[in-house]
Amino acid sequence: MNPRIATLAAALAMAATATSTALMAAPLKVGMITTLSGGGAGLGIDVRDGFLLAVEQSGNPDIEVVIEDDQRKPEIAVQLADKMIQSEKVDVLTGIIFSNLAMAVVPSATARGTFYLSPNAGPSALAGRGCHADYFNVAWQNDALHEAAGAYATSEGFRNSFILAPNYPAGKDALTGYQRLFEGELAGEVYTQLGQTDYAAELAQIRASDADSVFFFLPGGMGISFLKQYANSGIGLPLVGPAFSFDQGILQAVGEAALGVRNTSQWNKDLDNETNAAFVQSFEAAYGRLPSLYASQGFDTANLLLSAMAVADVSDRDAFREALKAADFDSTRGDFAFGSNHHPIQDIHVREVVKEGDVFTNRTLGLSLSDHGDVYAADCEL
Amino acid sequence: MSNALIAEQVLNGVQSGVVLFLMAAGLTLVFGVMGLINLAHGSLFMVGAFAAAVTAATTGSFVLGLVAALAAAAAAGALIEVLILRRLYQRDHLDQVLATFALILIFSEGVRWAFGSFPLFLDIPSALSGTLMLPGDIPYSRYRLTLIGIGLAVAAALYLLVAHTRLGVRVRAGEDDREMIAALGVNIDRLYTTVFALGAALAGLAGALVGAIQSVQVGMGEPVLILAFVVIVIGGIGSIRGAFVGALLVGLTDTLGRLFLPALFALFMDGPAAASAGSALSSMSIYLLMVAVLIVRPTGLFGSRT
Repeated sequence: MNPRIATLAAALAMAATATSTALMAAPLKVGMITTLSGGGAGLGIDVRDGFLLAVEQSGNPDIEVVIEDDQRKPEIAVQLADKMIQSEKVDVLTGIIFSNLAMAVVPSATARGTFYLSPNAGPSALAGRGCHADYFNVAWQNDALHEAAGAYATSEGFRNSFILAPNYPAGKDALTGYQRLFEGELAGEVYTQLGQTDYAAELAQIRASDADSVFFFLPGGMGISFLKQYANSGIGLPLVGPAFSFDQGILQAVGEAALGVRNTSQWNKDLDNETNAAFVQSFEAAYGRLPSLYASQGFDTANLLLSAMAVADVSDRDAFREALKAADFDSTRGDFAFGSNHHPIQDIHVREVVKEGDVFTNRTLGLSLSDHGDVYAADCEL
Repeated sequence: MSNALIAEQVLNGVQSGVVLFLMAAGLTLVFGVMGLINLAHGSLFMVGAFAAAVTAATTGSFVLGLVAALAAAAAAGALIEVLILRRLYQRDHLDQVLATFALILIFSEGVRWAFGSFPLFLDIPSALSGTLMLPGDIPYSRYRLTLIGIGLAVAAALYLLVAHTRLGVRVRAGEDDREMIAALGVNIDRLYTTVFALGAALAGLAGALVGAIQSVQVGMGEPVLILAFVVIVIGGIGSIRGAFVGALLVGLTDTLGRLFLPALFALFMDGPAAASAGSALSSMSIYLLMVAVLIVRPTGLFGSRT
């Protein structure tokens, strides 16, 4: 054969092989929009760190993560989502912490054909009629931990609770969730402002009511402020809450004021399974601090995504969707399964805040709800 | 709604007002004397809180933490005044807003780089923890009573400073006519740096005092800054008396609004809807107050009539 033709043929053959190899290892771009500054920063940082730890541990070279800070502002989250979908051309979006931002971003993202995996926010609007085939929630539906708190409060014999939460979608979900499984009366129901730091007015109302218990949902810095002020107010009623006000990031800043408080969570660092033990150890080794439930949620979200990538290509949307639904990955919570509306069906535990050496953390006391789904699945058409 | 509850809420309103006064006094002084809009005032609040948290954690003393807060905030204030703000006095307010907004970003990222993004621990000293029984069987937090006391003491001290000292005379003259006192031989640069550092120290003190019962984290100063601006607009720019009255008004309106508005809505709406609507309206109440004051007195309650 003519040497020039042979060289050309060899070059073409190499090019063809190279292209087909590239086609086989389909790269996937993930856009993470999360809260990395301001009052809710600790939550977003934990989710991001958990997510990146799982990606790094997998050693998978085909996943690319783009991270942006939404500053807990819905308008910025919307702009970032637009940028990620239109110019970065991400295949999957994830990361949003706060439900009001999720409501601003998720419906339009899924309508534009992007998968969304929520590592945190689980507003009821997206679990019921607003559910979407491309929207998956890896953490919980917002009501879940609050329902468990309500069930726990009833089992502890509380009859008259004073309940408070911030005035935004997750706050409303919290109070409805608590009341769903709490069988007592309400001594008071108060909506505070998102980002509020002074609770003197609310504490005075609690003192003036005849409550026998207080349930509150105040994530991040709001929880720190409330707990400190509550401890100093002399009210002394038993406190019940979801893990969001007693997570690892908050407890160090609150100190003694939180000791003994019971809180509900789908995850704790002492859950007895191999994946969790390895996760806690590797997180501490990598970042120098204990993981919170947000970190475990980020970790699980990444592993869900990686498990789907191993089975299907994101460009084949139906196959990828089925792979996500199958949720065939090792979760830090043990067994993991999605309900019909793509929200988890899982156990919710009761934990107590304790001090281990110099560190404030949580100890699992027992199970509150087992294999718990959410009531909104019935309204979802999936 | 018992009298004890209303009395406690009035005290809460006064306490919240007094803390706002610490912020607003510095802001209004700087605006009145130097004509400078300083958006970085909230960052000085944050610097004070962080200095107090770190000092209290290493030395175990809350008082040392307060001293550190005053010193750190005053030093930070003097630094930015000499380096940056000095060049802005002659310029348009919008230029000042842009420059001081940049300072907010620099301070926030700087503090985050130095201390991380997670909140720091700062607690009230055990001597001030717990409650005190006030006449009328009202248990009230000892620490909040201390805050009211400190705020009133600072207000009295500022009054004495402005009305009865040489520095105060220069400050009042500078508010009136800057060029004249320069012509009369007063060292304007030193006066301005002193005034700015004083305002910064007050903001740092507020940050440390408030950080003990709230969360010491990056960005804690901005919400307080907005309220401080509302206060000085209501009280009148440049008037410390106006800042005091305005701060008390804002504190009382906010606290009593959160108490009475949901109760008002509960008269004709059911539970959760009333709570939600009342909460939404009470978050607007301060701004409605500002609008009402501006309609009646466009330059604020104690502002100059020009």
